[in-house]
Amino acid sequence: MTTARPAPVPPWRNVRVLRVVAQVVVVLLVALLVGFLLRNLVTAMSERGLAFGFAFLDSTAGFEIAETPIPYTATDTYGQAFLVGLLNTMFVSVTGIVLATLLGLFVGIARLSGNWLVTKIAAGYVELIRNTPLLVQLFFLYALLLQLPLVADSIALPGSVFLNQRGLFVPAPDLTPSFGRWLLFVVGGVVVAIVIRLVASRRAAAGRPVRRVGRVALLALVAIPLIGWLTAFQAPIRVDVPIQERFNFSGGMALSPEFTALLAGLVLYTAAFIGEVVRGGIQAVRRGQIEAAHALGLSPRDTLRLIVFPQALRVIVPPLTSQYLNLAKNSSLAIAIGYPDLFNVSRTMANQTGQPVSVIVLVMTTYLAISLGTSLLMNLYNRRVQVLER
Amino acid sequence: MTAATLPPPRETGGPSAWLRQNLFSTWYHTVLTVVVAVLIGLFLWQVGWWAVSEARWGVVTTNLRLFLVGQYPFEQAWRIWLSLATLSVLAGLSAGRYGTAVRTLAMWLAAGQLLLGGLAAISGMALAVPALLLLNAALVWIAFLVSVRRPLPRRALLFGWIASVPISFLLLSGANAVGLPTVSTNLWGGLLLTVLIATVGIVLSFPFGVLLALGRRSDLPAVRLLSTTFIEVVRGVPLVTVLFMADIMLPLFLPGDVRVDRVARAIGGITLFSAAYVAENVRGGLQAIPTGQIEAANALGLSAVQRNRFIVMPQALRSVIPANVGLFISLLKDTTLVVIVGLLELLGIGRAVLAQSEWFGAQLEVYVFIGAVFFVLCYTMSQASYRLEEALGVGQR
Repeated sequence: MTTARPAPVPPWRNVRVLRVVAQVVVVLLVALLVGFLLRNLVTAMSERGLAFGFAFLDSTAGFEIAETPIPYTATDTYGQAFLVGLLNTMFVSVTGIVLATLLGLFVGIARLSGNWLVTKIAAGYVELIRNTPLLVQLFFLYALLLQLPLVADSIALPGSVFLNQRGLFVPAPDLTPSFGRWLLFVVGGVVVAIVIRLVASRRAAAGRPVRRVGRVALLALVAIPLIGWLTAFQAPIRVDVPIQERFNFSGGMALSPEFTALLAGLVLYTAAFIGEVVRGGIQAVRRGQIEAAHALGLSPRDTLRLIVFPQALRVIVPPLTSQYLNLAKNSSLAIAIGYPDLFNVSRTMANQTGQPVSVIVLVMTTYLAISLGTSLLMNLYNRRVQVLER
Repeated sequence: MTAATLPPPRETGGPSAWLRQNLFSTWYHTVLTVVVAVLIGLFLWQVGWWAVSEARWGVVTTNLRLFLVGQYPFEQAWRIWLSLATLSVLAGLSAGRYGTAVRTLAMWLAAGQLLLGGLAAISGMALAVPALLLLNAALVWIAFLVSVRRPLPRRALLFGWIASVPISFLLLSGANAVGLPTVSTNLWGGLLLTVLIATVGIVLSFPFGVLLALGRRSDLPAVRLLSTTFIEVVRGVPLVTVLFMADIMLPLFLPGDVRVDRVARAIGGITLFSAAYVAENVRGGLQAIPTGQIEAANALGLSAVQRNRFIVMPQALRSVIPANVGLFISLLKDTTLVVIVGLLELLGIGRAVLAQSEWFGAQLEVYVFIGAVFFVLCYTMSQASYRLEEALGVGQR
């Protein structure tokens, strides 16, 4: 029995051919557009005597930066200036992420509180922050900070924190020479705790009884560094408290008004969004789950720790990631109030070097790398959280 | 009988029961309520005292015109009024035709104009300004009543809205060809520029976003790669860098004889930026469509274009309307960033006003006012968006 072979499909109706043609056409169009733009760019740049390249990074920057986490002077190179900006961005972003997470958690829980007043205040805070632009908030906070009293009349906050026109003065950790030795004890504690867990899981796999592994491991984790601390000839970390003098503060860490305003703005803004994320996550846990936990006789604390929190975390982590990314990106608004972050320093570089195109490429790539790095880390964590579910 | 010895059940209704349940349920909640109430009372007292006795609100009332329209020429102001009247009529007509979400928006447009009219009246602007604002608010109401009596077809309304954007733009910018003197966008400012940048930005970015979303979901690898790269790169960088790039590089990218003014450059940057975000919203809508719909379309023998045009897009776009309203809100807030490239939108005008020696030190007043304007705009739209979500049943299907 022979079946008639179907007539060959003409190429203009062959799906395979069409797919290839469509892709080639799209790629060609994009290439033409990009080529057109690039050709204009090259012409315009040569007309204006601009060049593309990164050689300028090795030449002397010649401008001062107000806040430098690493030693930097105007005689250093553009590359070092860029690094200073990057470190400032990282510093404000990381501090901001930690504080915003804490405040956001607080706001989210406050919004679910049984207390009507607390719920309404939290809701009002969230609406107020979310419906006004961050930049306006930043300008407002900065203006507010500059209207604070002089150094002599500093506002003293609990925990040796002082607030005045020159910024925020906070206690700082001061590492003493015995810190290195103590660090060894910390590492030792971590290693012992891991070994205990490994041994326990081996035993469990072999079917032998395992008891209180978590507590023993925790004990090792705390006790070993504690022994190291107590046996040291001087405390490994001292708290350096700011002391008010006549015209300024000595000791502690001084945070400039620019940094304080930026950090406060980013934290207040992002915390409102994180609060909503947390609230959504907790509300996504079904009532039946909590009722079942009660029925099983779990205490309220254990219900929260073992039932609500792991399930809420699953919902919270992905939107939390995008809030972290937003915070890091929003830190570029530092330029508005004069904190020398990555973008601010780069803009000075672009103006001075006459190579705006190279600088823009450099800045965008750096921000992209920060974003991708953060989302990679958070995705790893997310995967961990998601696996715990099953 | 033991039942007789039990105390009567506590009342479960009425204000005292409400207080007990919501504020004083346990000793812990009682303490919390009292402490929080005292703190918030002190805070509000301080703020209220500042607002009433110390704040120099003259900075706002004296410069109200600047805050609203920037340096738009005085003798051409009728063009702004005409655009605003068009908006009022369209909003009123739509309110009569569509559901509660649009009604909320129209109501707030009328209320906002009344509020602004009141502000203009106490600022000592020409009496025509509050009168015209009152007239505009009335227009919303009249158009609403007319529309309830004789509803217009939805298609006509949609067409009206789409047409109103370029028409208003042309009216405001002017064209020498039709005898309207051109008003350079350098003179535009204040709230007018804020709304303009946000509206034009979202309208222009929408088609780009839809194309990018389709591209990202396409089964052609090259198309998918290009779309994904664009979306992820744009979403990975801050808006200020995009604006900065648009400000500096756009003139370099275009042929030497093409000149783009700064407003257009900023709008270009914002369009590129928000297109990536629109694309992600639309992608969410596309993913929410059950595979059965697409399979049914294939079974009916629809082509890829027909499938997208008649089956996929109508459902996807409908379900992403609330998300896009949210995007528009954040875009409206983000327009403040054009200050950094030197445009005088609402915040920029505020900074310019503060640079006058007369108003030196009145920063808090200016920022509170600007914040309040944004709050009214954004809060209104977010409320409308919640209504819309309910009406469309998003997340309930």
